[in-house]
Amino acid sequence: MAKQYVSTTINGESAEYLCETQQTMLDVLRDVVGLTGAKEGCASGDCGACSILVDGRLVCSCLMLGVEAEGKSITTIEGIAEGDKLHPIQQKFLEHAALQCGFCTPGLIVAAKALLDENPNPTETEARYWLAGNLCRCTGYDKVIRAVMDAAAVMRGEAA
Amino acid sequence: MNYIDSGLKVVGTRPVRPDGVDKVTGRAMYSADTRVAGMLWAKILRSPHPHAKIVKIDTSKAKALPGVKAVVTGADFPDIPNEEAFVGEGPMNFRDLARNVMARDKALYEGHAVAAVAAITAEVAEQALALIDVTYDVLPHVIDVEAAMADNAPVLHEDMFTVGVEPKPTKPSNIAKVIKFKKGDIDAGFKDAEVIVGGRYTTQPVHQAYIEPHACLAQANADGQVTIWASSQGHFMIRAYTAKLLGMEMANIRVNPAEIGGGFGGKTLIYIEPVAVRLSQMSGKPVKIQMTREEVFRGTGPTSGAVVEVKLGAKRDGTIVAAQQVLKFQAGAFQGSPVGPGAMCGFALYDIPNIDVLGYDVVSNRPKVAAYRAPGAPITSFGVESALDELSTKLRMDPLALRQKNAAKNGTKTHYGPTHANIGFEQVLAVAAEHPHWKAPLKPGHGRGLACGFWFNIGGESTATVHVNEDGSVTIATGSPDIGGSRASMAMMVAEVLGVDVARVRATVADTASIGFTHLTGGSRVTFATGMAATQAAERVVDELKKRAAMIWEISPDAVEWKDGQAVPAGTNAGAFEPLDLAAIALRAARTGGPINAEISVNAQGAGAGFGAHICDVSVDKETGHVTIERYTAIQDVGKAIHPSYVEGQIQGGAAQGIGWALNEEYIYNDKGQMENPGFLDYRCPVASDLPMIEAVLVEVPNPRHPFGVRGVGEVPIIPPMAAIANAIRAATDVRVPDLPMSPPRVRAAIDKA
Repeated sequence: MAKQYVSTTINGESAEYLCETQQTMLDVLRDVVGLTGAKEGCASGDCGACSILVDGRLVCSCLMLGVEAEGKSITTIEGIAEGDKLHPIQQKFLEHAALQCGFCTPGLIVAAKALLDENPNPTETEARYWLAGNLCRCTGYDKVIRAVMDAAAVMRGEAA
Repeated sequence: MNYIDSGLKVVGTRPVRPDGVDKVTGRAMYSADTRVAGMLWAKILRSPHPHAKIVKIDTSKAKALPGVKAVVTGADFPDIPNEEAFVGEGPMNFRDLARNVMARDKALYEGHAVAAVAAITAEVAEQALALIDVTYDVLPHVIDVEAAMADNAPVLHEDMFTVGVEPKPTKPSNIAKVIKFKKGDIDAGFKDAEVIVGGRYTTQPVHQAYIEPHACLAQANADGQVTIWASSQGHFMIRAYTAKLLGMEMANIRVNPAEIGGGFGGKTLIYIEPVAVRLSQMSGKPVKIQMTREEVFRGTGPTSGAVVEVKLGAKRDGTIVAAQQVLKFQAGAFQGSPVGPGAMCGFALYDIPNIDVLGYDVVSNRPKVAAYRAPGAPITSFGVESALDELSTKLRMDPLALRQKNAAKNGTKTHYGPTHANIGFEQVLAVAAEHPHWKAPLKPGHGRGLACGFWFNIGGESTATVHVNEDGSVTIATGSPDIGGSRASMAMMVAEVLGVDVARVRATVADTASIGFTHLTGGSRVTFATGMAATQAAERVVDELKKRAAMIWEISPDAVEWKDGQAVPAGTNAGAFEPLDLAAIALRAARTGGPINAEISVNAQGAGAGFGAHICDVSVDKETGHVTIERYTAIQDVGKAIHPSYVEGQIQGGAAQGIGWALNEEYIYNDKGQMENPGFLDYRCPVASDLPMIEAVLVEVPNPRHPFGVRGVGEVPIIPPMAAIANAIRAATDVRVPDLPMSPPRVRAAIDKA
């Protein structure tokens, strides 16, 4: 089948690619665009390791087709930091040691950003339910939740 | 040298890990992220039957599909002789490993690999799989461990005769091995007992469920040299096993360690690397294999499910005088369950005069089991720690006091041989007794449970290098894959010895051609053993730095001291010189003998055993049977925490996996012997909303056999949760749930029955 031309925005830059119509956004990002930060853990929308933002909305990129990015704005883990300045969520993940193997980390950080963009002052319970779509097998989530809550405080200007 | 009481400046602090930024920005390269030009994608065909003779495999149609570059079946691999070696955390039979990687005459479980295709795209490879025509002769199958032990069970291996029974059996059996441990006189012990409790407990196989599926990329050249990029718990393990299975020389295989996305024991053996290499040899192109999650569940090893029978006899004052256990561990399709460590660990926590343990290693038509965090110990301890709770109830004795009364201490002889030395179980229990969680009043409807765990921890072979760069900064390399922050702990130990800021020490993981042999990351050995190599390499560099300073000052090396990262004269007699730091000495390295570095290889002995105690509060919804973990505290002797945050992380993560094992995780088989829940939706790992904060309490009883007092920490925390939760459910409901997982239907049924 002929490939489809897609014009979109990825991490703030306009981007174009050709992809198969059945190709997932995750495969397009990893194999066509060359951004491998989003991970495949399940390819069924259960683990959240492939989380991206589509027009600001949290999406499992394994459940989205590459052609659906047409005209949209895509944010991946590679677009969370501003240049060499880490996003507060990234900084807090480092300070709290909220990662061990790091494989689920890109998805968790993208999902946490979506949470804090929508709800700058979540309760711990709200954070836990929001991040329930992101599996982490290493940390038991304790330090992840602490990092997200701390990052939220920094983004609200209540902590450093 | 021993640094335990030397006023540590770096060890015990919490710096950002050296590989941290790569991992929070998506730049870290995991196995599936590797790409080379012109690479093929390979897919593996797996048996739909749990037990079947492979009569014929016709690959002609698949080979004819445009875009297909190579097809392999079992016939394309050497037939490996039946020989056993001890590797990692258990025995490894390479014939079994070879036949697990690619079936030869029989498929032994649903998901067993029978053929593989390499093609220009993954889609073409997938299409080609459908064109491979396998003729199966389907055989009766057996899934359950006790059904597999029955006389009339379908036999998986006609050449398997039970080892460990006299006289040698004449009939093949699914019981690969029987093991026995005895201490004292068990009959006399039970006769002497005033209170006896017993129980039969069952556990389900659970998968390590690392979020990163297995993946590799292999490139074979015409001269016989092979390069592999893969994530694993040991790239030297991949090299050795691939060489063994393909009949190659190790020097012709170079394995580059990709970042590893979780392992927990499950990546201590290989599944796909020899297949990728063989396909690359046949096609002349690099070949990539990336498992799907479904393949991970159907085709790779969980840990054993088991039946655990426990009987305990005690005096009225709580002194345990007899302890008996029968363990039936399913190994999956090939022998090698962790019943050995299972038989050792359950009673290793207590000083009991009379012990009898009988263990069975049993094959059935399930995926071959792989190591999972303290292999065998969580299973055995679920039984023992549940039975101890029954005993404390019967004796009307505080469960913690019962454990304190019987706790193993230095000098306690175990039933499997060694005598405990340098252990901290009593200290752990003392901390538990004083912990606010243990003393807190229970909320209405809540129940509190306690359980403990023991793991040996291991040492073994490791290599580390320390390089002083031309500008005085430091790079170090080890052969240990960094599975959860070991670059940080290595850099910290080296920085401490050198007396420099940890940010000046950069740590990497070197490939198999670039550093000496290093045993895999497992057995909680890396910070202990590889840390010992790194420490010694740093010490040798310090010796060298002192020598160089002595040359510069033209005094004897004995007259130079290394202090706070600088060479200084040892005393006024040595002369008066300005201190020389790393940069100053490095600047003169060429004129004083050349580059300054050291590589140290060790076979580390003296790994300190680890003990933990977990306290858990639960509430139980009696209508649905749903259990909520309300509060969780894990107390553990960690020896010395090099980077406390990552030690806490090990404990929190291990506890969370144990909570999943306790409450949700299981393999569900249909009557055709096929797994019905091979995905994360139906195989239910804990998610963030399932758990509370997990308080990790670090007890530091230094291990005198390590320069910083380290003992392994990664495995103990998965041992206590199952029993801690079962005991808490018992406290909340008066109902003992002896079968895992304690999922809502099972808990509800137990409540209804009571």
